[in-house]
Amino acid sequence: AYHVSFTYLCLFVSQLVWLGINAFLFVHFYIVFLDERFYYTRVLLGHALSWARAPAACLNFNCMLILLPVCRNLLSFLRGTIQCCSRTAARQLDRNITFHKLVAYMIALHTAIHIIAHLFNFERFMNAQLDGNASDINYVLSQIGNGDNRSFLNPIRTNDTTIVMFTTIAGLTGVVITLALILIITSSMEVIRRSYFEVFWFTHHLFVVFFIGLVLHGVGRIVRGQTVTSLENHKPNECEKYFEQWGKNGSHCQYPEFAGNPPMTWKWVVAPMFLYLCERLIRFIRSQQKVVITKVVMHPSKTLELQMKKKGFKMEVGQYVFMQCPSISQLEWHPFTLTSAPEEDHFSVHIRIVGDWTEHTGFQQNMSMAVDGPFGTASEDVFRYEAVVLVGAGIGVTPFASILKSVWYKHVQENADIFTKKIYFYWLCPETQAFEWFADLLQSLEGQMGEKDMSDFLSYNIYLTRWKDKEAAHLRVHHEAENDPITGLKQKTLYGKPNWDTEFSTIAAKHPGSKVGVFLCGPPVLGEQLAKQCIAHSESGVKFIFNKENF
Amino acid sequence: MGKIEWAMWANEQALAAGLIYLTGGIVGVAGQFRGWQFAAFGVAAGCFVCMLEYPRGKRSKGTSVARTGQYCFTVCVKAFGPLTQNYYVRALLHAALSVPGGFMLATVLGCVCLGMASLIYLSAAIHGEHWEPILLTKEVKTAVGESIKEPPSNPPPRPPAELRRKRVEDVEGAAYVNPMPVITNE
Repeated sequence: AYHVSFTYLCLFVSQLVWLGINAFLFVHFYIVFLDERFYYTRVLLGHALSWARAPAACLNFNCMLILLPVCRNLLSFLRGTIQCCSRTAARQLDRNITFHKLVAYMIALHTAIHIIAHLFNFERFMNAQLDGNASDINYVLSQIGNGDNRSFLNPIRTNDTTIVMFTTIAGLTGVVITLALILIITSSMEVIRRSYFEVFWFTHHLFVVFFIGLVLHGVGRIVRGQTVTSLENHKPNECEKYFEQWGKNGSHCQYPEFAGNPPMTWKWVVAPMFLYLCERLIRFIRSQQKVVITKVVMHPSKTLELQMKKKGFKMEVGQYVFMQCPSISQLEWHPFTLTSAPEEDHFSVHIRIVGDWTEHTGFQQNMSMAVDGPFGTASEDVFRYEAVVLVGAGIGVTPFASILKSVWYKHVQENADIFTKKIYFYWLCPETQAFEWFADLLQSLEGQMGEKDMSDFLSYNIYLTRWKDKEAAHLRVHHEAENDPITGLKQKTLYGKPNWDTEFSTIAAKHPGSKVGVFLCGPPVLGEQLAKQCIAHSESGVKFIFNKENF
Repeated sequence: MGKIEWAMWANEQALAAGLIYLTGGIVGVAGQFRGWQFAAFGVAAGCFVCMLEYPRGKRSKGTSVARTGQYCFTVCVKAFGPLTQNYYVRALLHAALSVPGGFMLATVLGCVCLGMASLIYLSAAIHGEHWEPILLTKEVKTAVGESIKEPPSNPPPRPPAELRRKRVEDVEGAAYVNPMPVITNE
């Protein structure tokens, strides 16, 4: 049970560090704009200046980060490098999309603060320029730059009340990139993403507009402060009250001189933009590498098995690939869990025919496909335990196909004593429909194990969590049969949900004094249950270790 | 691109736009900005759009996911019949509502976002989509107490007849005491 705690601790700490950096940047830049240099800017704007600049700094930081988690090839390379040192650190990189979303939320939050603060700034700049007269310091400050060859402080230069915003680069780019951000966010909502992946994917490419606009956003240099040289001979807190005498004969206060801050954003984002460009290039190169479909198997319940070969392809158990089919779409890549074992001479995926992309059942042998990957941390930990409990819920059984096959191949081929001696496999499924290809696999394994006199190696339990009257009637009639009437397997199908307490107790009794690994691919609720059972039954010798793999 | 229901995305965009319109309006009014009347309109329009867009429509293909507590809104929106069902009307409505927002900085973002939503709704209308309410059909539930008094109409599940056949070899063992008293009518 300590295994999962350490992983979650690392995740928690890294998120805390990220939040900490955000907080630090916010506070730091808030204070920077309370500096003397911006004294006169604040005379016009008040604290709204700091409230706009602080989130701007956080936006620079987060926009730098957001491109990194989606560079999957880069991450894969990093993971491989880190894995030698620390598998836990390597596993953090699997949570890349979660982090991408977190950063996106932060960008949305800071954008909101930034915009609201600037609404006040804009209004105050307008007031300073339009209301008031020469006896009002705001007006005097705003007039600097009007026909006197000086650099302005107030970016609103005219008395025109039309939408001045559109005449500034900052204003125009601001609206454009915020609109792009909002379109990206609305098309990324789970409802849209799961049902219409294409809308999500194509709209997301507005990030190109976003980044270009973001870099150009500060080019107009409309955030202005007093220059260092000007501060030497014009101290704001001394000269402010004499604003009506500035520059006049006898006054020891000259006009203050202002300059704009140079744009900073490009320094933050240029490296990630370059890395992402490399990532897209790598994906393109990989898509050009030849992948051959060696076999297409149509399983019942609309499941298609594609067996493929690619030069130099090396996989490990529990990994996934991204696939692209140019005849369906030139641009879309979709993830699929690998169902083959590393020991086989090909690699395979099983595709369920639902939804849009996978409706094209015209998969044929010798059809051109592109494959990117494999990605994901290998589930090799399975082989480090003498006894292993594997739990797959519904479609979560897919990575276990790879694991079970691999374990079997290790027994058969290597003939060496592989450490794993016993597998307890639990498959929870709401209905029998999507069953059949996996049942075929179990049947074939069952047969092979019987031949090698190893029927005890794998003990599997299939639970139908939802069943109909017709099936129940069918079972009543055949309950004496040797094989399970639904799956055709020797070990029978069970109904309802497993009594984990009983199961764990039985397993504990059979493996005293050893470490039993528990692996889950399924809903988090089930994970919590299993984690609790691991803790509850880890006593007097036997230790259950729950591995929350991120399949 | 595949067969998509544009209205799903238009709905998300419009809801977001409503919130942004509303927020911009509140800032404009609270800060007493020049042109605050447009901001006040933004508050009203934003609220209206949010209420109109909160209930998700039923998808023509696939399962529809309703938003939490959207039932009351569904009933209200349904009451307006063709006005709310037709997406051309919605596209026009959103376009019209967005225009005043363009006159003031605080509401300009609400204006462009709502404008985008209007365009997506236009696309939905062109593709022949329309709004259907998500309403659960109410099933008549008989009170639990009544059915308990009736005798069971199906026999309990038990092993097939061959196994229940009386074992001739062991008649004593096959006998059992009937739990219900049997009264013969003589």
